[in-house]
Amino acid sequence: MIEFRKVNKWFGSLHVLEDIDLTIEAGKVVVVCGPSGSGKSTLIRCINRLETIQSGDIIVDGSSLSDAKLDTVKLRTEVGMVFQSFNLYPHMTVLRNITLAPVKVKHVSPAEAEKIAAVLLERVGIPDKSQAYPANLSGGQQQRVAIARALAMKPKIMLFDEPTSALDPEMINEVLEVMTDLARDGMTMVVVTHEMGFARRVAHRIVFMDQGRIVEANEPEKFFAAPESARAQQFLSKILSH
Amino acid sequence: MNYQLNWSILWSGQTGGWLLNGLLTTLEISSLAWLLALTLGNVAGALRTAPIPPFRWLASAYVEFFRNVPLLVWMFFWYFGMPPLLPQALQDWLLDHGAEFWAGVCALGVYHGARFSEVIRSGIQSIPKTQFEAAHSTGLTVWQTYRLIIVPIALRLIIPPATNETLNLIKNSSVALTIGVAELTFQTRQIETYTAKAFEALAAGTVVYLVLCLAISTLMAVVERRVAIPGMIAQGNASEF
Repeated sequence: MIEFRKVNKWFGSLHVLEDIDLTIEAGKVVVVCGPSGSGKSTLIRCINRLETIQSGDIIVDGSSLSDAKLDTVKLRTEVGMVFQSFNLYPHMTVLRNITLAPVKVKHVSPAEAEKIAAVLLERVGIPDKSQAYPANLSGGQQQRVAIARALAMKPKIMLFDEPTSALDPEMINEVLEVMTDLARDGMTMVVVTHEMGFARRVAHRIVFMDQGRIVEANEPEKFFAAPESARAQQFLSKILSH
Repeated sequence: MNYQLNWSILWSGQTGGWLLNGLLTTLEISSLAWLLALTLGNVAGALRTAPIPPFRWLASAYVEFFRNVPLLVWMFFWYFGMPPLLPQALQDWLLDHGAEFWAGVCALGVYHGARFSEVIRSGIQSIPKTQFEAAHSTGLTVWQTYRLIIVPIALRLIIPPATNETLNLIKNSSVALTIGVAELTFQTRQIETYTAKAFEALAAGTVVYLVLCLAISTLMAVVERRVAIPGMIAQGNASEF
C-alpha cells in the first residue's frame, strides 16, 4: 500500500531522511517512534506530499509520488491525516468541519455529506456535538472531530502525527480507543506516537528511527521484549522506566 | 465680539442643500472607494502570502508603489494624468459623468487598497501554518483553502485595524476637493465663501464627519462581536460606547 524506496530528504544541510526503505501493507498498523528530531513526522508527511523528497521514490496505492503527473488532490483524498494540534477550522461548526472537504473536493451533495458526518460522529462517540464550535470542545473531543473529518473523505490510508501529544492524560484514552477501533476495522494506519501501550496492543509493526534513519523495524513483541539495536534499547529504557 | 452666529444657514435654503449634497457625495465616493480598496487589499494581501513567488512579487510591487506616494499626488494623477491615455469613447463618457468623481474613487481605492493589503496580510500571517496543512491534507486546493478557511478567519481577526483604515478612507475622501469633487469639505468651504459664516460651516462639517465616523466604528464593533470566532480573543471584547 505504501512503499518507500531509498528515500532521501534534506532541510538545508540537515539530512532528515536517509536511505529510507519501508513497505507498509494494506490493513496494517505501523507505529513510528524514536527521539525527537529523528525524522518520524517528516517521514509520514512525505506520504501525502506535505513534504517533498529529494531522491528515491514513494509508491502510495500503486502511484509513484515522483510522477509529475500525479494529482496531489486525488492522492490526498485517499490519505487522511490527523495532526498533533487538531487544526479544526475554528470559524465553522463541527458538522461543517467534517462536510467541507467531501462537498468541495469530492462533490458529494451536502445532504449526503451530513449523513456521513452523523455516522462518523456516532463512531467517534460525540453524536451530540455537530452544532458546536471547536473552541467549545475539549481537546480529546476536538481530536476525535479531526479524525472524523479525515475519515469523511473515505481514505484508504490514515496518517497520525502525534495525535495525543497535546492532550491531557485523561483524554488520551478516548482518542486511542477511536484509533484502536479503526485499526480493528482494517484501516491502513501509520502512527507517530510515544504511546507505547497503544503500540504494543495495536501495531503490527514498530519502526524505530534515529537521526533520519530507520534503525529497527520489528513486530511489537520482539521490539519491546528484545530490541536489537543499542539505540532502541536506550530509548525504551528511558520511556518505559517510569 | 461682533460676530453674529447664524446657525440657520445650515438647514435653510440653498446652503442647507449643499451640506446635504456634500454628505451624500462623501458617502458615495467613500463607499465605492472602500469596495475597491477591500477587493484590491484582499487579493493583494492574500497573494503576498501565496506559495507562488511571482504572485508575491506582483502584490508587493502594487503595495509599495501605491502606498508610498502621497494621496494628493494620486488624486492629480488619476484626474489630470490618466484620462488622456484612455480610449476616446471612455474619455467622452467620463466628461459627461463626473470624471473628477471617478478619479477620486480610483485614487482613494487604489491607495487604501495598498494599505488594506498589509492589514489583511498580517491577519493571514497570524494563522498557524498547520491550519493550511490540515486543509491541504483533506484535498482542498490552495485557492479553496484561502477562500474557505484562511481569508474568512483573517477577516475576522483584522476588524479593529480594518476599522481604522475605513475611517481614514472616509476622512481622506476630503482630499478629493482638490480635483473638484463636491464632497462634504468642498461644500462647507462653499457655504463659508457664500455666507461668510466660516465658524458655522466648518463646525457643521466637523460634526458631520465625527458623527459619521463614530457611527461606523460602532457598527464595526457590533460586526466584530457578531462574527467573532467562538473561543478566540476578540469575543465580547470589542470596543464599546
